[in-house]
This record gives sequence, structure tokens and C-alpha cells, in this order.
Amino acid sequence: MSDDIVNIEINGQPVTAKKGQMLIEVTDRHETYVPRFCYHEKLSIAANCRMCLVEVEKAPKPLPACATPVMDGMKVFTRSAAAISAQKATMEFLLINHPLDCPICDQGGECELQDLAMGFGRDVSRYNDRKRVVKDKNLGPLVSTDMTRCIHCTRCVRFGQEITGIQELGTVGRSDQVEIGTYIERSVDHELSGNIIDLCPVGALNNKPYRFGARAWEMVAKPMVSPHDCAGSNLFGHVLRGKLKRVVPQDNEAINETWISDRDRFSYEGVYSEDRLMAPLIKVDQEWREASWAEAIEAVRDSLRTGVSHEGDALGVLVSPNATLEEMYLLNRIARHLGSQNLDHRLRRRDFSDQSSDPDVPSLGMPIASIDSLNGVLVVGSNLRREVPIIAHRLRKAALAGADVGFVNPEEYEYHFASAAYVDAPLDRFAEKLAGVVAAAAETTKTNVPGSISKILADVKVDETARSAARILSENDRSLILFGQIAARHPNFSAIRRLAAVLAELTGAQLGFLPEGANAVGAHLAGILPHRGPGGVELEEQGRDALGMLASPRSVYMLFGMEPDGDLADCALAEQALKAADKVICFSPFVTQSLLDCSDILIPLGTYAETAGTFVNIEGAWQSFDATASLVGDAREGWRILRVLGNELELPECDYQNASEVSDALAAELGSGAIDSALSSRAGISLQSTDVADLTLDVPMYAIDSVVRRGKALQSTQIAAETREGGSEA
Amino acid sequence: MFKNLIKTFLLTELGKGLSVTFRHLFVRKVTVQYPEEKAPQSPRFRGLHALRRYPNGEERCIACKLCEAVCPALAITIESDVADDGTRRTSRYDIDLFKCIYCGFCEEACPVDAIVETRIHEYHMESRGENIMTKDKLLAVGDKYADMIAADKAADAPYR
Repeated sequence: MSDDIVNIEINGQPVTAKKGQMLIEVTDRHETYVPRFCYHEKLSIAANCRMCLVEVEKAPKPLPACATPVMDGMKVFTRSAAAISAQKATMEFLLINHPLDCPICDQGGECELQDLAMGFGRDVSRYNDRKRVVKDKNLGPLVSTDMTRCIHCTRCVRFGQEITGIQELGTVGRSDQVEIGTYIERSVDHELSGNIIDLCPVGALNNKPYRFGARAWEMVAKPMVSPHDCAGSNLFGHVLRGKLKRVVPQDNEAINETWISDRDRFSYEGVYSEDRLMAPLIKVDQEWREASWAEAIEAVRDSLRTGVSHEGDALGVLVSPNATLEEMYLLNRIARHLGSQNLDHRLRRRDFSDQSSDPDVPSLGMPIASIDSLNGVLVVGSNLRREVPIIAHRLRKAALAGADVGFVNPEEYEYHFASAAYVDAPLDRFAEKLAGVVAAAAETTKTNVPGSISKILADVKVDETARSAARILSENDRSLILFGQIAARHPNFSAIRRLAAVLAELTGAQLGFLPEGANAVGAHLAGILPHRGPGGVELEEQGRDALGMLASPRSVYMLFGMEPDGDLADCALAEQALKAADKVICFSPFVTQSLLDCSDILIPLGTYAETAGTFVNIEGAWQSFDATASLVGDAREGWRILRVLGNELELPECDYQNASEVSDALAAELGSGAIDSALSSRAGISLQSTDVADLTLDVPMYAIDSVVRRGKALQSTQIAAETREGGSEA
Repeated sequence: MFKNLIKTFLLTELGKGLSVTFRHLFVRKVTVQYPEEKAPQSPRFRGLHALRRYPNGEERCIACKLCEAVCPALAITIESDVADDGTRRTSRYDIDLFKCIYCGFCEEACPVDAIVETRIHEYHMESRGENIMTKDKLLAVGDKYADMIAADKAADAPYR
């Protein structure tokens, strides 16, 4: 037996453990429950609640299981009289100052203190003195506080120190005066800070938008997948009588561990926004009137038939990258059936010149979990924490474990770890700066770059920061270039991507993309592209891309799940094009004035919470989910609407009975053909500075899609306020 | 055989029966002349529900939903929200009197003695939907019979 294995005995059962493990890890692994409050798998050990006291043979006093390393021959008793009496005594002390307000506490029914008080608490309190009262703190719009309930486990404090890297909460005072707070009144602003709600073992920190909304026991937890970013965090939606009341994380070590971003947690408020479209609307003689579903579908069919009868090119289809795989596949089938190749989901992309060398799917190229173990990462054009908070957290973990992380960004965003290199790349000279890094990489690795590029690189100035950025990739064996959304929205995107690909090639790094939306990979698979069909099959006849179909207006548009005034690269262009069109058919969960102005038929669509579907994340995982909440008003699931529309348009083999049949059909069409995520770019590049003065490349975190834009609590956060002040509009 | 013949012809059984009738003409009557007269009720009688208030007029109910959870007939439906003063309150409290089996569990479960079953048992409905006791109706019952409910609670208190 190797040296780092020790034999111990738990309640008389011999078990083996790794040297240096804490007792509680061993007991947990062997399904012996030791009560605890402050211990949390993902956080450091504080050992300040004392609830996990256990008896250890030859130890004079009970020892905290969370802070006692295992030793060979240790005999541990978790349920002996001494252990139980120590745990009961701890519980009595914890309950001294805890208010007995479980009936009005949102944690009631899912409270660790409540559960353990059932097992370890006394029936009657022996404490007759005054209980301590602590003033509640205002922590902003997301987290409600009832600080009298706090038992000072400091999980929230350690979360700030260790997970987010910005200590927003701390302990003030000592002994019975100790309080958790922000010291100076301020809100907790980190984009993962909502997780302290789940961490808090009592009801001190709770979900503010959900406050007093329901009880834990009456809701049904249904698995969901994050609809806002490409990581595809696993969620549970808690539903009461068909209404989504709150969203909590679902543990998935491969993707989101136990955390989710505030955007995933609180965006559900947008689902119940007041401007939900409740019934189909049809514009007749410039007057909107409500229509039945049969009428609406007929109207859509007729306008598609008449508008597209002579040529398919007259139809343009713009699809939200947050639509489900099923919706996308059906849209793809319908559009191709009508003879149109003009469909796109890359709504905020500005440069399509090199789209023929796009990878089949914009993937990370590695499992999300393996970001943790990388030792060199260069982030290119990404406000990562705002774009994909879960990936940013993984990256921080890697950085803390010793990885070198560098950035090529237009702005030095705060990451709460020391960056190894920061290449200041103003947006107008972004490609040039990145070329500097490529040149530095060529210099350090002494490799030749492809001819077309080497000429351009010859004129590029190489400075010390560029060299250190290049070294991050060349000197580490597990390195990754994270290609973000700012770069992807850049007008010189093709050149930037080509440079990133060359850089990856030179340094042996993996090039990973962070596309926009929850289902960009799915959109590539389902063929929501003007130049490729499902599975990345090149089309003979290529259609117009998202910009192209707006720049030369089509006569019929279908907009699916997106808002023309918020989700596009060039909203003004879209407004012109849509107003000039004969028919604009809008599938939208919401109705806004601009939609009413520009469209002719409005079809109420179920949001992510109300539809069954599949999202494919950047590691290529197909994650299917069922409808969580009941549909609002007369809205319908997208795939159902499209199926009926397909039937009306006489689309062959369109008799799907449920969403999984649709995704199965796509899977069958894709077959076992390997999806090539490699980039084959041979684009010529230009390093000329581009005019980006008026462009919003860094779309604010809480303006990324129509549901988030309607999340009331999210919109009142500091993050939303800052981006509004920044003058950026999305 | 002979005995039976005599019994039959002398109508002894009839006489015995009638004698019971005669005796009861003169004993104390037990029939309650409802509705003029009413049988005595226990303070624990479980009749129509009511929601109580504190003496200062504040609603007792804190929307903890324990009554809803304990109700074996699923007769109670509650929706809760933050009230204007920041407290936890019901925004909806419905009891379906057709579903209710008057078991009194809701009253037992209530941590603030808000929901009670009163002595009122003489009520009727004239149209559909009246079987749903809404929060307003329940509070109105509670207000109207506040004294009676308080007295009943006080009478029962020593046994709890």
C-alpha cells in the first residue's frame, strides 16, 4: 500500500482515506453523515460552527471533523454519546440567538439549521435572556438579508474571498457582537454573488426577487439549462402551479460545479414581464387585431407563399442564438423548403467575409472542466466575466492554481487575479495589436508564418507585453486561446480570427471560441447559416448573412425570438429594412412598440422556461430539457408552432409529436459524421485601423437577450447601472 | 305452542308495546326543536373557518402555508407576497368549503392562531363559486365573531 493511504475506523467500520484528507470528507464518502454548517466542499475550512464535533479515540476532547486530518489508526465515533452530546450542546448555543421565525422565513423547509435542530435541538429552550437582534443590511436588489438569523458560518465571506476573488462581505466585531456585512453600506455586485443565497445554511441571505413568494416544499424542481450563455449551466427551475418562482443551480461538475451566474438565476423575472405577447396579432389595414391560432398560422402561410412564390431569395430569416435546437432545425427545414438560403443566427457579427472558413461549430475544443488544469490562457477580445461568468470562474481557478493568463482586450477588465500579460488593444487597432502578439510568437518559437501573413507581420512593432503574451502560450504545454465576443463582433473579425488561428498554430495552443447565445453551436449543427446546411454541409447556392439580408432588403422577413432593436449589430439598418419589407413575421415572447411598428404578424412564443428543447454548449454537449413552467397567455412552444407551419406549407415528414422527435431527426441527419471544429481560415488580413467609434462591441451583460433585458432585479443591479452610464446601448 | 296461541289472542305484545308509548308520553323529552332550540356546542366545535386579527387590527396570518401543507383535502390555496409594509402576507387565501372535511388540522398547524374553525355551522350557498371562502370573506367572519372565537380559544386554552 502506498504511503499516502491511511487506514482509519469510522463507527467501527474500517475504511481507507488519503493522507491529509479531513475527517468529514471521509465520512461523507462513506455515507456517514456528520452535521455541519460552515463546511462546504468548494470552500476553505473555517471550523467555526463547531457542529461537526466527533469523538476520536485517545483525543481528550471532541474534534471538529471538518478540520481534523485523518491519521493512521484513528478511531472515529460520529454517533457515540460523547459526539452526540457535543453536537447537541453546539446546537443549543447556535439556537440561543436564532429567532424562531421559521414560519415567515423563506429558508423554512429547506434550512440546514431547521433540519439539524430536528435531530440535535432541545424541545424547550433553557435560555431566558434577551436574544440578540442585528440590523438588516441592504445588499442590493438580488440578495435579501435577515441578519438576526445569521449563525456566522462565514460561508458567504469565504465565497467572496475564494470564488469571486472580491471580498464583498466580511465579519465586523467580535464574540456576540460579530456581524456579517459590507462594513460601508454597498451592494454585492459580483456576477456570481447570487450563489451566497444557496450557500447560506440559514435564512440570513435569501433571494430578494423571490422573497415570500412560495415555500420550498410546495414547488416542483424541474431541470433546466441556462439560456443566456454558451456554457450551458445546469439549473433547476422551481415551479408553483405552473409558474416559475425561482431558479437554483443544479450540480454539474463538468460545467458549472455548484455555481450559476446571477443572469441565469434572476432572468426568470423577464418571463413574466408585463409586455408578454398573450395572443397572435395580425396587422390588417394598419390596425392590429387579435387573431386565433388558426388564423395566424394561415396568415403566416399565405404571406410566406405569396411573398416567396417567385423566388426563395425574397425571404430572410433571423434567428436568436438562444432558440432551441428543435426550433432551429425546423426553421432551417422551412426556409430551405421555401427555397431561401437567407437564414442566420449570428446577429451581432459584423464581418462575414471569411465565413466559408468558419469552423463547423464554434466550440471550445476541450471540455469546460479542463480549463481548470490549463497552464496558459490568452483571452482575445472578451469581457469574459460578463460574457460567460462560469468560464471566467474556471479561468480564475486555473490562474490561482498557477496558470499564466493574459489578455488582448480593448479595456483592462477586472478579473481578481494577477494577469501575466495585458496587451492593450484599442478597438480600432485590435488586429494590429494581436498581430504584434503573433509576431512575438513567431520570434520566440522561431517558426515561419504563412507567407501571406509574414509580410504583414514584418511591419508590426513587437513590444515586451506582446512577447510576454506570446510566451504564455508558447512556454506552457496546456494552453488555450479564448476567442471572445468582442472580437467576434469586431468589424475586422476575419483578420482577428485568422491571426488567432496562426497564433494557435505557432504556439501549439488550442483555439477555443466563446460564441454568443446559449445555442450557437446548435445553430451551426441545425444549419441556421446562409452558407451551410445541417452539420456544416457546404451549400451550393449560398444565401445572405445577417447583415447582407438587411443591407439589401428582402420582401419577407421571419424574426424568431429576437428583437430588431436590441439583438442586432446594426439596429438602424434593421429598422429600415423591416419597414421597407412587405411582410414581417415575428415570433416573439414579447410585444414592444418597435415590433408593432415594424412587423405585420406577431406570433406569441414560449420562452426558454416554457418550451421543451435542447441546447448544445461549447463543449458539444447536447442538453435536453422539458418545459418547466406553463405557457403564459396563449403562447405556444416554438417547435410546435413551426411544426404546424411546416404542415401548412406541405413540408414533407413534418409530423413530430414532441420536441425529442425533432432533435432525433436532426441527430439522424447529422449521422455519425465527425463535426470538425477546426478553423481552416486562409483569409487575407488587413491591419488597417477600423472605425469603431459608434459600435457597441461589448454588449452589456444584462442586455444580451430579450428575457434578460426584462429581468427587473437584474436591471436594477450595479452592473446594469454601470453599463447604462457607460452610454452603451444594446 | 299453547302459550303462543294465548299470546296471540290476548294481544299481550300489543299491550306491551303500547305501554312503552304511554310511558314516554310522561317522561322528559330529549328532542331538540331545531332551529328554535339548539343543542349545546363544545368550544372546540369545528364549523365555518375564519381568519383572525390581532387586537390592533393587524392580520394574524403570515402566509407560512403550514395549513395548506397539512390540509388532507387540499382545500386551501394560498399565494404569498411582500406586503406594503415589508411583512410576509397572503395575497390570496382560499378555502374550498366543498373540499374541506372540517378536520381542524389547519387550526392545529397555525403557529399564530390565525385560521380557526368557528362554531358557525348554519350557512348555505346560493350560487356557484360561493363555496370558495376568499381571504376577505374569512377575515369578515373573523371580525364579526371575534369575541366568540376569543372566548372559545380561552375556554380551550387550559387543555392545550
